[in-house]
Amino acid sequence: MSRTIDEALVRHIAKLSRIELDDEQVAALGRQLASILEYFGKLSELDTEGVEPMPHAVELRNVLAEDSPGESLTTEAALANAPKRDGDFFMVPKVIGDSQ
Amino acid sequence: MTGAGNITELTAIELRDAIASGGVSAEQAATAYLDAIAAREPAVHAFNEVWADRAVEQARAIDARRAAGKDIGPLGGVPLAVKDNMCTLYGRTTCSSKILADFRAPYQATAVDKLEAAGAVILGKTNLDEFAMGSSTENSGFGPTRNPWDAGCVPGGSSGGSAAAVAARMCAGALGSDTGGSIRQPAAFCGVVGLKPTYGRVSRYGLVAYGSSLDQIGPITRDVADAALLTEIISGRDPRDSTSVPRDVPDMLGALDAAPGNLRIGLPKEFYSDALDPEINRSIRDAAETFRAAGARIVEVSLPHSRIDRDAAGKLSSYAAACYYIVAMAEASSNLARYDSVHYGHRTAEDCRDIVELYSRSRAEGFGEEVKRRIMLGTYTLSAGYYDAYYNKALKVRRLIKNDFDAAFELCDVLLCPVAPTTAFKLGEKTDDPLTMYLADIYTVSVNLSGLPGLSVPAALGAAGMPIGMQLIGPVFSEPTLLAAGRMHEKASGTSRLVPPMARGS
Repeated sequence: MSRTIDEALVRHIAKLSRIELDDEQVAALGRQLASILEYFGKLSELDTEGVEPMPHAVELRNVLAEDSPGESLTTEAALANAPKRDGDFFMVPKVIGDSQ
Repeated sequence: MTGAGNITELTAIELRDAIASGGVSAEQAATAYLDAIAAREPAVHAFNEVWADRAVEQARAIDARRAAGKDIGPLGGVPLAVKDNMCTLYGRTTCSSKILADFRAPYQATAVDKLEAAGAVILGKTNLDEFAMGSSTENSGFGPTRNPWDAGCVPGGSSGGSAAAVAARMCAGALGSDTGGSIRQPAAFCGVVGLKPTYGRVSRYGLVAYGSSLDQIGPITRDVADAALLTEIISGRDPRDSTSVPRDVPDMLGALDAAPGNLRIGLPKEFYSDALDPEINRSIRDAAETFRAAGARIVEVSLPHSRIDRDAAGKLSSYAAACYYIVAMAEASSNLARYDSVHYGHRTAEDCRDIVELYSRSRAEGFGEEVKRRIMLGTYTLSAGYYDAYYNKALKVRRLIKNDFDAAFELCDVLLCPVAPTTAFKLGEKTDDPLTMYLADIYTVSVNLSGLPGLSVPAALGAAGMPIGMQLIGPVFSEPTLLAAGRMHEKASGTSRLVPPMARGS
């Protein structure tokens, strides 16, 4: 399952991951990701026909809690680490408008 | 009179008893450790933050409680350290990442709450590979930690700061976290004891998430008894972590000297291939002999899907490692999506034309190279068209790996195997090729995939003067038996409490 990772694919994955890359990083990551994915491909040697996937090792089901109000973070505590705020709000650049 | 040098030589339990009986004050204990940190930390860099003033304050409060005739708890006055990926209300919680360099958590991890409720004094937060992603602590955004046995070597990782601090006698014990070996491998590299408890035994509330189906908090200590005490204290169901299991916590310390007389020790044959360093192989076989002489029965078992091979070029490979990295990276890509530079964490100083550019540039500036690689690989293996080939395939192999363990535990009570393919390696030796670094976890990842408890204890000191660890693995919730087996070897072998040269004769 050897797969080549071309620059366009690296850039696509970076975009999905919300990580900006420069050209040098794109080239280096192309090589690194390809060799790691080749290693992952080793799993294709194993026959897993009919095997149930196991997302968790200790499987607990239906963990329920009482529906009773408890303490939660205060507005001030929730905003204390905000890089930018305006009163009780988190500040971000304009989301809707002229982009894209 | 107990001098400062003596205090830092005591185990957590010995120190706790000395404080409870009035032989040593909690303040003396805190001061002795702060002195040790002042002397050795510049050469080791185990800590991201040392809380000197607060530690002395906490210690004085313990002394005042004792003077008033009140209970000071099962860790009353014992100075401990906490890996910097556990949220604490005091100080910063950075995960050794620039993206969280100034982050102050608004709540505290349950495991830390439990330590403090038991009377522990927290000395500070220890260094790690950024977000616990790595096996050498070289991926820290704030510089690497050095191995107290040889400053040219890594302490292992990702809990390298905790393991180095315990080995260098800069704390009486510490908490680490283990997603694929991050407690056990650094414990082995630094010559101390480390336990990864059963998944769900210890609450993960307040542990910054990396691979949520694999992560588990556990202790790093001088000896097995201390590991039992700390595990007992931090264990238990927590309503704030729905994956913590509703089960009573057994008496681990009390069961320590009660190893079953007919203990069956299994040697997984796939772990003793020629992929293993001959000196480590010999040390672990010696350990098996020690168990046999102490009355245990040795049986050979098989874990075919955890098999470790070495190809013609000398490169190691295993299905379990491939499976582990797919699962861990997929979970990481999802968990680390929360670092959006909006609610908390680093935000780029540059003007951004829209929100996506703000996310992408802030994350590019804040995350280190390894974290970026893992997020991208996880994103890729979860993306449309590749999900079945990678992620879903890995989940199926994960079940095959766990089934092997279930079958092995029909034949034995505990497995004995290596922790890592080598002893501590040189700084910079594996940083050029990420894949080479991943293989440092090749003997530990199956345990996390299967949710099992794994204990790393010192087996011997190698010819080059570096510690060699061995790993004991048990079925889920078998911590009492596992710790008793560790203790059995510790008593019979005399290899416990190895002291690195830098911490001797102070």
